[in-house]
Amino acid sequence: MNNEILMAFINENTNNSAVCSADQYDMLNVNIKADQLIDLVDVLKNKQGFIYLTDICAAHYPEKVGAEFEVIYHLHNLIENQRVRLKVALAESDINIPTLTVHFVGANWMERETFDFYGVNFVGHPDLRRILNMDDMDYHPLRKQYALEDETRTDKNDTFFGR
Amino acid sequence: MISTETIDGDIATQNLGPTHPATQGVFQNILKVDGERILSAEPTIGYIHRAFEKLAERRPYNQIATITDRLNYCSSPINNIGWHMTVEKLAGIEVPKRVDYMRVIVMELARIADHLVCNSVIGVDTGALTGFTYMFQEREKIYELYEEICGARLTTNLGRIGGFERDFNDIFHAKLNAFLKEFPVNFDEFDRLLTRNRIFMDRVIGAGPITAERAVEYSFSGPNLRAAGLDYDVRVMNPYSSYQDFDFSIPVGKDGDTYDRFVVRQEEIRQSLSIICQALDKMPSGDFHANVPEFYLPPKEEVYRSMESLIYHFKIVMGETTIPAGEVYYSVEGANGELGYYLVSDGGRTPYRLHFRRPCFIYYQAYPEMIVDSVLSDAILTMSSMNVIAGELDA
Repeated sequence: MNNEILMAFINENTNNSAVCSADQYDMLNVNIKADQLIDLVDVLKNKQGFIYLTDICAAHYPEKVGAEFEVIYHLHNLIENQRVRLKVALAESDINIPTLTVHFVGANWMERETFDFYGVNFVGHPDLRRILNMDDMDYHPLRKQYALEDETRTDKNDTFFGR
Repeated sequence: MISTETIDGDIATQNLGPTHPATQGVFQNILKVDGERILSAEPTIGYIHRAFEKLAERRPYNQIATITDRLNYCSSPINNIGWHMTVEKLAGIEVPKRVDYMRVIVMELARIADHLVCNSVIGVDTGALTGFTYMFQEREKIYELYEEICGARLTTNLGRIGGFERDFNDIFHAKLNAFLKEFPVNFDEFDRLLTRNRIFMDRVIGAGPITAERAVEYSFSGPNLRAAGLDYDVRVMNPYSSYQDFDFSIPVGKDGDTYDRFVVRQEEIRQSLSIICQALDKMPSGDFHANVPEFYLPPKEEVYRSMESLIYHFKIVMGETTIPAGEVYYSVEGANGELGYYLVSDGGRTPYRLHFRRPCFIYYQAYPEMIVDSVLSDAILTMSSMNVIAGELDA
């Protein structure tokens, strides 16, 4: 099954609202809406053989107003050896997305990690707690507003190189 | 995942870890035990979390290789080379065939070293310390081989974007040939000590099993998935670095228990040896790095002599190399399973986002399920046979 057939299948199951962003480096890259995720993954898993959840992670784009966060899913069809990347954009004001633990038990920790670092709320997750950071941390450290180094430092000046 | 059945209703809560002599690494499990039997387990992870993904957002691409060292530190070269290949894919760099073969040799050596640690430690946890001491001598030889290639042993930072920093030297070849001659003999001895040893078999068969269906649900990969009976191997499924040129088989188990994981790793060591021999035999001539001056550091003497070299040296060291914007997912078969790099580049000097798909992190969550209703000593065995590496788990 090539990427065009898969894209047609995804379109059928999302009322043609899925957007195929650039098909980069051989992997189909599909942007969908948060409320379509569960149903789409369900048909992909049960009808198309995408039985393997490779990864869940998120990214933060503070300049994209209304779509500041992106949750990225990589699925793998082990029989036909095809991968697909699903992306769901979320607004900072409504950072909720249904959990994939209903389809893959392995999504549990991947979603906890994403919650830990980005604060994405996976609705319906059985145990949404921090996983790598300490429990009483009060922010989500991979968000872009948290600089890696203390910005008030004056002893390290890199302005000469434009950064 | 909580078993309610009790023997005499006397349930104790026990801390296994964070530092426990029987768990190799920093892992904590809060166990509810009824006598020896485990009723539930609650793992706590993150003790050595070092924020690699955040660090990577500030480092230029060539400096991230040293972060990858510290993921699965039992097989750092695989992580390094996987990262270099990810950047090569993003930047569209083609490397010479010779580089592919050299990489295969190094990666398979790393796989052997990693599997040796895992399997000999399974021996230790069952009470057979002898094999461990012998196999660690063999691992030492592999570390000496790394030393000849890159100068380092554990955190190797081996290779560069585009190839290797230097060609394999004569000492490396001599040591590798000696290793290929001596290692199979010693390894067979180790194999005879354990694999068909009645005491060992009684001890590990049936300890910490998982079915193939469950393993896929949990997104297992690597030897643990193959021990459960599913033959998914990135080297075969999505061949990288010319793995399609080599003839090797993928061992699979049946029950997914500690014994199957042990035997699968034993056989993978043999297959890795065969791959190394094939790669040495068929080693193509050519350069040991791609001709990509904007990524590959020029020789130092050139930097003092020629303007172009000086410019490229400066740009690489200061992280001023231009890199295309784009998104790439690249994965290699790490010693523990599918080691993936999800890289988002906005064209800047550092990755915009880098996520490591760490096989340990993903399969360790099945640990409570695998040990519930077994005894405490089986739980220790299960953990060492899953080869959970704290560095990779906590990133």
